[in-house]
Amino acid sequence: MVSLLCCGPRLAACGIVLSAWGVIMLILLGIFFNVHSAVLIEDVPFTEEDFDDVHGPEKIYRLYEQVSYNCFIAAGLYVLLGGFSFCQVRLNKRKEYMVR
Amino acid sequence: MAFRSEEMCLTQLFLQVEAAYCCVAELGELGLVQFRDLNMNVNSFQRKFVNEVRRCESLERILRFLENEMENETVIIKSEKYPETPLPREMIDLETVLEKLEAELQEANQNQQTLKQNFLELTELKHLLKKTQDFFETETSLPDDFFSEDTSGLLELRSTPAAAAAKLGFTAGVIKRERMVPFERLLWRACRGNVYLRYTEMDTPLEDPVTREEVKKNVFIIFYQGEQLRQKIKKICEGFRATVYPCPESATERREMVDGVNTRIEDLNTVITQTESHRQRLLHEAAVNLWTWGIKVKKIKAIYHILNLCNIDVTQQCVIAEIWFPVVDTGRIKRALKQGMERSGSTIAPILTAVQTKMSPPTFNRTNKFTAGFQNIVDAYGVGNYREMNPAPYTIITFPFLFAVMFGDCGHGAVMLGFALWMVTNEKALLAQKSTNEIWNTFFSGRYLILLMGIFSIYTGFIYNDCFSKSLNIFGSSWHIRPMFSNSTWNEHVLEENEALQLDPAVPGVYSGNPYPFGIDPIWNIAKNKLTFLNSYKMKMSVVMGITQMVFGVILSLFNHIYFRRTINIVLQFIPEIIFILCLFGYLLFMIIFKWCYYNVHVSQYAPSILIHFINMFLFNYNDPTNSPLYTHQKEVQSFLVIFALIAIPWMLLIKPFILRANHLKAQRMLQLPPISEGPAGDTEVEITQPNNSKKAGRENHSSGHGGHDDHEEENYLKSSGPW
Repeated sequence: MVSLLCCGPRLAACGIVLSAWGVIMLILLGIFFNVHSAVLIEDVPFTEEDFDDVHGPEKIYRLYEQVSYNCFIAAGLYVLLGGFSFCQVRLNKRKEYMVR
Repeated sequence: MAFRSEEMCLTQLFLQVEAAYCCVAELGELGLVQFRDLNMNVNSFQRKFVNEVRRCESLERILRFLENEMENETVIIKSEKYPETPLPREMIDLETVLEKLEAELQEANQNQQTLKQNFLELTELKHLLKKTQDFFETETSLPDDFFSEDTSGLLELRSTPAAAAAKLGFTAGVIKRERMVPFERLLWRACRGNVYLRYTEMDTPLEDPVTREEVKKNVFIIFYQGEQLRQKIKKICEGFRATVYPCPESATERREMVDGVNTRIEDLNTVITQTESHRQRLLHEAAVNLWTWGIKVKKIKAIYHILNLCNIDVTQQCVIAEIWFPVVDTGRIKRALKQGMERSGSTIAPILTAVQTKMSPPTFNRTNKFTAGFQNIVDAYGVGNYREMNPAPYTIITFPFLFAVMFGDCGHGAVMLGFALWMVTNEKALLAQKSTNEIWNTFFSGRYLILLMGIFSIYTGFIYNDCFSKSLNIFGSSWHIRPMFSNSTWNEHVLEENEALQLDPAVPGVYSGNPYPFGIDPIWNIAKNKLTFLNSYKMKMSVVMGITQMVFGVILSLFNHIYFRRTINIVLQFIPEIIFILCLFGYLLFMIIFKWCYYNVHVSQYAPSILIHFINMFLFNYNDPTNSPLYTHQKEVQSFLVIFALIAIPWMLLIKPFILRANHLKAQRMLQLPPISEGPAGDTEVEITQPNNSKKAGRENHSSGHGGHDDHEEENYLKSSGPW
């Protein structure tokens, strides 16, 4: 079985830090998009027609929620990256321990 | 609320020679005393304890050698606690131990090198024998062909050479691969082509014992005829540093030699591994104690260095030292001296006598781990004079706060706070690591500074309503858009025509009248003219805070002048400084706050520009129609302030030098007067000089302990306080 250790100790540590930041920030962003925060309007991909709706801003709200689901999916990907980096860190520690 | 540097006193310390070492050791552990160098004009090589210092340095050399040897092999153990200062007799023990260790290690290294050299030669010989086997097998027919072509025509005349020609000599050896080509060429030229060279590369690279590098070598064999050629070849081989090995001619002998060499190689391998393990064992044992020894040697050397600064009494019984220490620590120092005396086993107590001096004492600011960082920053701008106001306690708040004013983001501030909290809570563990990374050390020694910067940044982040560059709407914005429609200012047509629309707070209802409770209204975050508003706001706020801090600094200088009783400085320096800064920049501050309070939304388009007013104030230009005055009689007030400030400039800069010069001349004349003037002539002379010092010279006070009096004679009276 080929060795599962493909990252060095520093790359794995970088991966953990990046994943931690990514998970926290994307989850928070997802929550803020879900509650239709006005400040994030520029990041919602709306077009001119979406504003012609007479029934209120429902279309915009749906777009908001779509973006929030995208954020949650990205957060999930970062969780996977974090798990992978954590495994690499553990493997590196074990290798260091055995060589000693 | 004034923080000044500590009060210091100069004392003479009389120590018995036997007790001197231990007392200095105890004072060193305490770290509160500064020794004056009493042997300034003595060369370092002529001081009393120069031999001991030399011995310490040779011990350090041995320790460095050991550390070098250990660098790649073992880990040096560092313990938490620093070892105690060793007694002088321990130095002799250390010397014996370290010198023995050094000799053993060098011997082990030497042995290892010799063994490796032998191993190298045997390996080369083994490869050589293997390769020459091939040469001899393919070239057994050589002697027959070699001479038959060239001398076929001369065979009748030269019959004997054929018989002698069968006897071919050969030399076998090993040479570095890089030198093979020039070696071959030189052989060809020197022997005029009468030698036959064959060579192959050695497959395995060998390790050079001295440099421990890998070298690649070639095996060669040279066939020749005659004694002269043999000599030539031998010299050439020596010149190219090729090692020549005696290779037997017959195949059986070669086989026996190969077996012999193999057995010898195996034996040598075992010996080498044993030597290596012996050397490793030596290093391991030394590694356990290396760090402790290093600290001990450093301490001994420091103590002797200090003892070199002291005087030895005429009777050779007593060591005299002059020390500066804070007055409040007298008890601790006396206790340390008593401990030192007991440790050395002497019975005579050290004697402390105070010394009166005009020298300016050293500036000592007591700090703990929290204030040390701030004191370092302040000292970087310049260490204050003795007993001057120490600005460091105020900087604990002002530095981080001004940083926060510039930073102003509560999200990033929280990240910074997290980082600082991690550093502060894991203080002990991180201190024990003793990292040499300079950047990390800078961050770690400023951990309390970063902590405060983070806390203040979160506060200013809430004020600026800025969290990762987005605003938080906690209380609900005070601006409403619907009134713009109900007022008919905006309609469908306006919305379609214009790309950007402006909310007009003059329209009733748009602005609710109650400002956002804490910080900047979140509506500004989605406004296009956010930066125009925020820049003006932040710049004015920074100007207000900067001017306040400058005035605070000038007022602190007043405390210094009062403490040192320098009235001349108060009148000639502090007062014009305050006038200048208040008339100009204090007025600017007033204008900023006035404009903020006075103008409302209905007249805001007619509000004047403060910057233009300020510039025009200096130019005395009041004819600008585009800038209306802020308040009535502004012209008179401003003219008065500018002229008052301009008067303060020569007041501040020009008067004091003349007064100081007059005082200096008077003092010089006073020094020369006493031998000359006995009678009334002297008094009149003194009186004549008086009118020259017309301005406030009478109030001058010489006897404040200012640094400029160092050229006066030092007046030392020994006030004996008796043995304690």
